[in-house]
Order: sequence, then structure tokens, then C-alpha cells
Amino acid sequence: MLKDQDRIFTNLYGMHDRSLAGARKRGNWDGTAGFLAHGRDWIVDQVKASGLRGRGGAGFPTGLKWSFMPKVSDGRPAYLVINADESEPGTCKDREIMRHDPHTLVEGALIAGFAMGAVAGYIYIRGEYIREREALQAAIDEAYDAGLIGKNACGSGYNYDLYLVHGAGAYICGEETAMLESLEGKKGMPRMKPPFPAASGLYGCPTTVNNVESIAVVPTILRRGASWFAGFGRPNNTGTKLFGISGHVVNPCVVEEAMSIPLRELLDKHCGGVRGGWKNLKAVIPGGSSVPMLNAAQCDEAIMDFDWLREQRSGLGTAAVIVMDQSTDVIKAIWRLSKFYKHESCGQCTPCREGTGWMMRVMDRLVKGEAEIEEIDMLLSVTKQVEGHTICALGDAAAWPIQGLVRHFREEIEDRIKARKSGRMGAMAAE
Amino acid sequence: MAHDQDPIAARVAEILAAHQGLEGPLLPILHALQAAFGHVPQEALPLIAKNLNLSRAEVHGVMSFYHDFRAAPAGRHVLKLCRAEACQAMGAEKLAAHARTSLGIEWHETTRDGAVTLEPVFCLGLCACAPAALMDGKVVGRVDEARFDALVAEVRA
Repeated sequence: MLKDQDRIFTNLYGMHDRSLAGARKRGNWDGTAGFLAHGRDWIVDQVKASGLRGRGGAGFPTGLKWSFMPKVSDGRPAYLVINADESEPGTCKDREIMRHDPHTLVEGALIAGFAMGAVAGYIYIRGEYIREREALQAAIDEAYDAGLIGKNACGSGYNYDLYLVHGAGAYICGEETAMLESLEGKKGMPRMKPPFPAASGLYGCPTTVNNVESIAVVPTILRRGASWFAGFGRPNNTGTKLFGISGHVVNPCVVEEAMSIPLRELLDKHCGGVRGGWKNLKAVIPGGSSVPMLNAAQCDEAIMDFDWLREQRSGLGTAAVIVMDQSTDVIKAIWRLSKFYKHESCGQCTPCREGTGWMMRVMDRLVKGEAEIEEIDMLLSVTKQVEGHTICALGDAAAWPIQGLVRHFREEIEDRIKARKSGRMGAMAAE
Repeated sequence: MAHDQDPIAARVAEILAAHQGLEGPLLPILHALQAAFGHVPQEALPLIAKNLNLSRAEVHGVMSFYHDFRAAPAGRHVLKLCRAEACQAMGAEKLAAHARTSLGIEWHETTRDGAVTLEPVFCLGLCACAPAALMDGKVVGRVDEARFDALVAEVRA
């Protein structure tokens, strides 16, 4: 279990003062000017050495991403964009950072911006986050007043502006290129890649888009050393991570833990275990609504990191663990996600725009059992036709949960269809 | 809206002037318009388009893409009920049913006295005190039927 002194987010639960004075007492903004004095290459090297992988879902190495930014400007400014559009069902980690420990993010934004030679940083926060917006804006204002960001940030001679931008209720704006479009004041529709944002991003200028958590952990990595951070977790899956556990556990919570912690340990230590005991576990979605679920057998040995979950054909995603016990109608749970993705598809790519609707309608009937057995395979083939055939990952995100459901619970779906046909309602179908 | 356009045009011009030179100005302008009028007046769209050198279709496209922007005026108060998973698990469905029957309206509609517009919203970030609601930008947690009635009574008074 992660020791208290190894926690990066020391005010995750808002028990302490979240103002600048309080953040300073907990060690934030300590020696920031010194890091900047080391130069941008040093910072990028440190982040690379720490093994930090992006916390927003894809798990791309953060240091490597930063190193794609041009070392010498060709006349265009560079930008840092921080993705605080946390809207995926189940994911609730970034809001705890922004609400209770906002200075970790502001300090990280300065260091990251410096490391990529950015002239400004934009934090794109979803419009529905009211308290988070207030807390973060207050932290930014405090940092400006104290001379920590803005002109001659921390006395380093580096000029850096940080803006907080509000979204307007579109989930798709959490996709990095859609976010850039939205920042430019357009419809939030994802762009084709390449060109990648590091070559041509916001206003056609070099841009890096990072998740809130990826940025907020950086100051502590520099303060405590890359090897400290790299000491947690398995190789290639290092560091500490915020896990947001919801669903059928005794105490749902957001908790910082070491990477590669076994799922069972995570649930037992921090959440009081699965409701009704471990045996009562039916399935777990380990990384927010867009990754395929794990069945109970996989959960027994599940290790919460990028590589193990990928080997199991799931993913760590945002580490939003959704726990479902035996009382859950998993088909209905996945139907709910299908409905969400249908609602949020931006409509740009045909496979996603039409496919999410088809998938939801078939799921609709599977929930009731009013379908033919062959339709399960038909549904699966639709998911395959959506997956990988769209500009952004929303199509994949809509397809994967259904693939996970069919992989692990095909029998349950078939039982329900058969029960409906024969007029005998199965126990689950009766709901 | 039927009544005189000039005050609207004047206010729109003010807002446009205040955003002059800003990068990526369209969303901030739409946010400002919605804050000023409670909705984005349709007669403002051509003015924005002209000012930003965009086509009307582009401005209309952006405005209608984002759920937060309203094309028609809302009631005097806007009540948003969270409909996301955590709130549903804590009884948001029952609350929503109560809200619609007691107000006598459906989602996105306004009560006949013009007091309250009811809208769904997805996750206000208050899952720990679900079900959550947002009354005119003020967040309220643990909304049960009694608290809902009290909220509505308060704004109607």
C-alpha cells in the first residue's frame, strides 16, 4: 500500500487549505524556479526517466510526447493544452485535483509549458464543473498575483500565461483535436491525424495536449526525482496513479495508489471490498466506460496497469474502476454506455454516427431478450466495422464495451433471448 | 423575439467589441451572449458572423453543436437536474419524475408562469452528494423531493 509520504496529491480529499499558502505548506511551488533554471531538456529528460505515461487513457509516454515539440521556433508560437474535459462515465479523478489540490496543476502547467517552449497554456474544463472551475480559477489568480506565472514567471525570465477555458457541454471535446477545434471557436469535431498537434495544433501551431493528472504529477516528480517515481509499479508502468472506484463496493472513493496494484488489494484496502464479499463480484470495468470489462475470473488476478490490462484485451484507460456485483444486469449496464456514446457521437464519421445508433438499438433488444441468437454475432460485426474506421477514438470507445460484454457474457445474452422465446423468464431477465 | 431589435443589436455590438482581438473568440462570445440575455438571440448570429468574418452557417453550426447554448429564452430560473450514473443510482430518476409531474412540464420546457425551465445535465461533479441539481448556476446536493419542492418554492416566491 502506498505510504502517506509518497502521495503526490496531499489534499485530494480537501481536508486542508487549498489556497496558495496552504499548498506551499504542503510543498507545492517549492524550488520551481530552480527546475526552470535547469533548462527544458533537463525537465523532459527527467519526465522521460520517470516513465510517466499519459493519464488520460491512451498511456502514451509523456516525456516522449513533449520531446516532439520543436526545439527552436520557426516563428510560430507553441501552446500547451490541458485536457480537463473529464466527462466519461465513471471517471472522477481530475475533478478532485482541480477542486482540492489545484496548485499542483498550476505549477505543473508552468513547468510543462516551459519544457515545451510554450507561450501560453490553456486548461479546457468542462462547463458542468462549477466548483472545480471556481477553485482552479482562484488558484490561477493567486499564482498570477504571487508572480509565479505570467510575466517573468517565478523570476525565471520566462513569460507564460495560463487561461482557463470553459466547455459548453460536449463530451467529444475531450478528444485532443476536437478540443483544439473547440478552443479555436469551432464545432468540436476531431481532426484527422497526421498532422499531429505537435506539428500543427492550436491555430496551426505546435501544441501538446495533456491530461490534468499527467501535468499535475510533474512538479513532484522533479522535486523527488525520476527514480522515486519510477520505483512504483512494474517496469514500463511506473508511478502513482489516481484510481476512481465506483459501483458495488462498500466505500466508493478516489485514491492515489502505486501502479500495478492488484485489483483485489485496491478494492479491499480502500473501498471496504466488494459489496457482499469478493465472491459476489460479477464484472469490473477497469478503466472508465470505454474499455472492455473483465469477468470475475480475470479480476482474481487483475493487476491495475497499462500492459497487464492490455494483454487481457481490456485497458487501464483513466483508471476509473466500475465494480459490478452479481445483482447487476450487465447487458443493461452496457446498453447504458451505448446510449451515452450514441448521444455523444459528433456525427462527423459515418461509421460512428450510424454505428452507435445501430449498436444501441440492438442492445435495446438484447436487454429485453427480444432478439435472435444470430444478432449477437451481427452486433459484434457492427462493432468491428466501427472500430478503427473513425477519425477519433469515440467509435472504438463505443465498440469495445460491447465486445467485452459479448466475450464474457454471451451465455447470459443467449439465455435471455431463449427465456423470452420460450416464455420462461430467467432470473436476470425478470428485472 | 418580436419586440424591438435595437437594444439587442446594441448589446451584441458591445459584447463583440469587448472580445475584439481575442483568439478563438466565438465560444466566449456565445457564452457572454447567453450570460447577457439568458439565451443566444438568433438575430445576433448574422452580426457575429459579419464581425468574425465567418459564414452564418458556421456560426449557427457552432451554436447548435454545443448543448449549453439556448436559442430561445428560458424561464426566469433554470433548474438543471443531474442525470448521470451516480445520481441515477441515488434516485435521480424518481426525482426527475417528481420534478416533471410537480412542475407539469417535460425536459427543456418552461412552466406556464415562466418561473422555471427544467433541463437535464450530465454530471456536475457532485457524485458524493447525489442527486445533484443546479439552480441558476448554484449547485445543490442531496436533492430529494422535499428539497426540490423547497428550491422551486423559493424561486417562485
